[in-house]
Amino acid sequence: MDESHTTSESSAIHRDDVGSRIGMWLFLFTELILFGGLFLLYAVYRYLHPQEFHEAAKELNVVLGAANTLILLTSSFTMVMSISYLGEGEKKKSLLALGLTIALGLAFLVNKYFEWSAKFHHGLYPNSPELAGRGQGDNLFYGLYYSMTGLHGLHVLVGVVLLSVVLIYIVKDKVTPDNFIVLDNSGLYWHLVDIIWIYLFPLFYLIT
Amino acid sequence: MQHGQEHTLIKARTYTAVYGALLVLTVITIVVARMHLGRFSVLGALVIASIKAGLVLLWFMHLKYEKKIFFVMFVVAVAFLTIAIGLTFFDIAYR
Amino acid sequence: MSDTSSVAYGSHASGRSYLVEGGRYSGILSWLLTTDHKRIAILYLISVLALYFVGITLGVLMRLELLTPGETIVKAQTYNAMFTLHGVIMIFLFVIPAVPAIFGNFCLPILIGAKDVAFPRINLMSWYLYIGGAMIAVIALFTGGGPPDTGWTFYAPYSLRTGTNVTLGVFAAFVLGFSSILTGLNFVTTIHRLRAPGMTWNRMPLFVWATYATAWVQVLATPIIGITLLLVILERFFGVGIFDPTKGGDPILFQHLFWIYSHPAVYIMILPGMGVITEIIPVFARRTIFGYKAIAYSSVAIAALGSLVWGHHMFVSGQSYTANVIFSFITFLVAIPSAIKVFNWVATLYKGSILIAPPFLFALAFIFLFSIGGLTGLMQGALSVNVHIHDTYFVVGHFHYVMFGGTAFAFFAGLHYWYPKMFGRMYSQRTATLACTIMFIGFNVFYFTMLVLGLQGMPRRYYDFLPQFQMGHTIATVGSWILVTGLIIMFANLLMGLRKGERAAADPWGGKTLEWQIPSPPPHENFEEIPVIDRGAYDYD
Repeated sequence: MDESHTTSESSAIHRDDVGSRIGMWLFLFTELILFGGLFLLYAVYRYLHPQEFHEAAKELNVVLGAANTLILLTSSFTMVMSISYLGEGEKKKSLLALGLTIALGLAFLVNKYFEWSAKFHHGLYPNSPELAGRGQGDNLFYGLYYSMTGLHGLHVLVGVVLLSVVLIYIVKDKVTPDNFIVLDNSGLYWHLVDIIWIYLFPLFYLIT
Repeated sequence: MQHGQEHTLIKARTYTAVYGALLVLTVITIVVARMHLGRFSVLGALVIASIKAGLVLLWFMHLKYEKKIFFVMFVVAVAFLTIAIGLTFFDIAYR
Repeated sequence: MSDTSSVAYGSHASGRSYLVEGGRYSGILSWLLTTDHKRIAILYLISVLALYFVGITLGVLMRLELLTPGETIVKAQTYNAMFTLHGVIMIFLFVIPAVPAIFGNFCLPILIGAKDVAFPRINLMSWYLYIGGAMIAVIALFTGGGPPDTGWTFYAPYSLRTGTNVTLGVFAAFVLGFSSILTGLNFVTTIHRLRAPGMTWNRMPLFVWATYATAWVQVLATPIIGITLLLVILERFFGVGIFDPTKGGDPILFQHLFWIYSHPAVYIMILPGMGVITEIIPVFARRTIFGYKAIAYSSVAIAALGSLVWGHHMFVSGQSYTANVIFSFITFLVAIPSAIKVFNWVATLYKGSILIAPPFLFALAFIFLFSIGGLTGLMQGALSVNVHIHDTYFVVGHFHYVMFGGTAFAFFAGLHYWYPKMFGRMYSQRTATLACTIMFIGFNVFYFTMLVLGLQGMPRRYYDFLPQFQMGHTIATVGSWILVTGLIIMFANLLMGLRKGERAAADPWGGKTLEWQIPSPPPHENFEEIPVIDRGAYDYD
């Protein structure tokens, strides 16, 4: 465990990108485990109600889910490209890629909005009479569906806001090719949101 | 050890390859789900999702190029979550 | 032996005391907007103690209520609110932040030879989240359907249905969790990145090891309570049904999720306290700590094993028998690293030239009280015994031995140990010794009686009791008065010391760790020059 990286890094105002990234990763772990609690609930309730989950999952729109998967994966790609460009000093290309990422994030949310509206329209929302009339497994499936995709959507929204702020920083040269840890860390956050969706997509839309 | 700007600038080609792999895996997971593998469908979906997550972690999130401590920390966090879910099942599965 | 003149790494000329030199701002803003880890520690000290007094007052009032059967001073519903609030305040606002947020913040950077923590501004933010959480908890008392009455555990389904203001109470705990996470995140990064040259992992003071293990638990376990409490709020607003048995939800899963955090949280509470004791014992025994690596790794082992035993809170909840057996077994395993620490402390004392002083007395009291707390914990870890004493005063007595006798006494020990460093003055050691003695007596009269009452069958959280428990309740209430007398003397003495105490030297106890090698109180950025470390932390040989 002995690390010998400690030379002269201990000043109150100092720059330590590795330290910043460690901090960011630790924060990502907390996000991972926040969702982890929900995954635990999903695992248990799926184990207890396999048939109802199976049937309920068929009602979800695979096309919309797949489209959103595509959107988020692409946004992750534009995100790394934005970081890569900025590192090479190509500010304009970086801004373009970052702008695309933000736009894709918004597209994800719009898509999600239509998906949820359709479900609401069919009377499938928490505590709805429709769900109360069905089995308990259905209620749990939709309870988890709304909790998990809702929390995830909230994270996408936060990500969009965060990336927009970083975009302004880059325009104003507060985040520069020499110092872009802020962009780097925002990218890490964005990718984590993507990873959560990588699991949510099959668990809700595909496993039928 | 130098610090500050130590970002490894990886070629856009690697990223594009990873992106392509992610898309292919998405298609595969949808196809596999249509094959109705019964009890293996959950396992299959989780394995594919984990491969995709691994690609994002290693290349997009640079875990492959970071100091080893990042990876160790990540494993600790995932292990904590896995064990928490696993131990809960000693209750659920044997009730 | 006691080399009080060693000021190896910084002279008194190096900068002004942190109490005077506030950085960019002046006046009250130099405190409220400070990013100095020492000033943030003082902010925490003041706010944590303020809430601690509220918690104590509630505790004393509850004891007074239980002096006689039936109504003594309050109505039953008020009593329910009181034990809920007492629990929430003591757990989330006192015991969890006390040692890490106060001494961790004050000492950790100094102990590893750093000028501050890795993220000073996030450090300040976590204090504001703490204050925010505390305020929301207070608002929860006076709004909605009245103060929450669920107990600090917020068990479903009652927490989903009670008309009291659980939503806001739960949200307060959520915000406090955020504060705790940020502190942990900061400490892990600080320890990885800011150790002085030569400060290898195996040269770190053991308090740093304990804080490191704790910080990991804070980061990994707290989000679980976060999501659980969020789900309770969602449940109350939208009736999602995830924990509601009428809608297919499983309330036992709430208990699982709650304890997946809250049991590791017990180690968030006790590990830093153990770290404080480990700092104090070698200094007052004038001996190098016995079994450095064993103590260091046992901190990590406690953190790891402690995360796997949550099910022992649920032996009678209806969880599977298999789970009972497994959780019982792992519970016994946690005793091993805890005992390793106790044995090493005692072994350090062996053949030491012991200096009897207040910090040391508090540390001894800790070892005694914590051992009782730990051993009664083992009794409850046994399935057969647990069924009988579940939800009785035995449990209440047990966790007060651990939380109060353990963490709070370690906190008092640390307070008396680092007080001259924090404030540059010394309290009256005679009065402190007197206070410690009174508290020790009062504590045992109070809580040992609770253990006995529990074995006799007195259930916890009851407003009323049968006549056969009268004697026990009377003794416990008298014990609470003795205990509080000791507390008042102790805090009065510390307050007096702030104004009238004599100036403290840089190293009044003869400590060897880095904080004793800079002036008391430390200058703004701790070290004029970052020290280079070439030996272990407890070099008395």
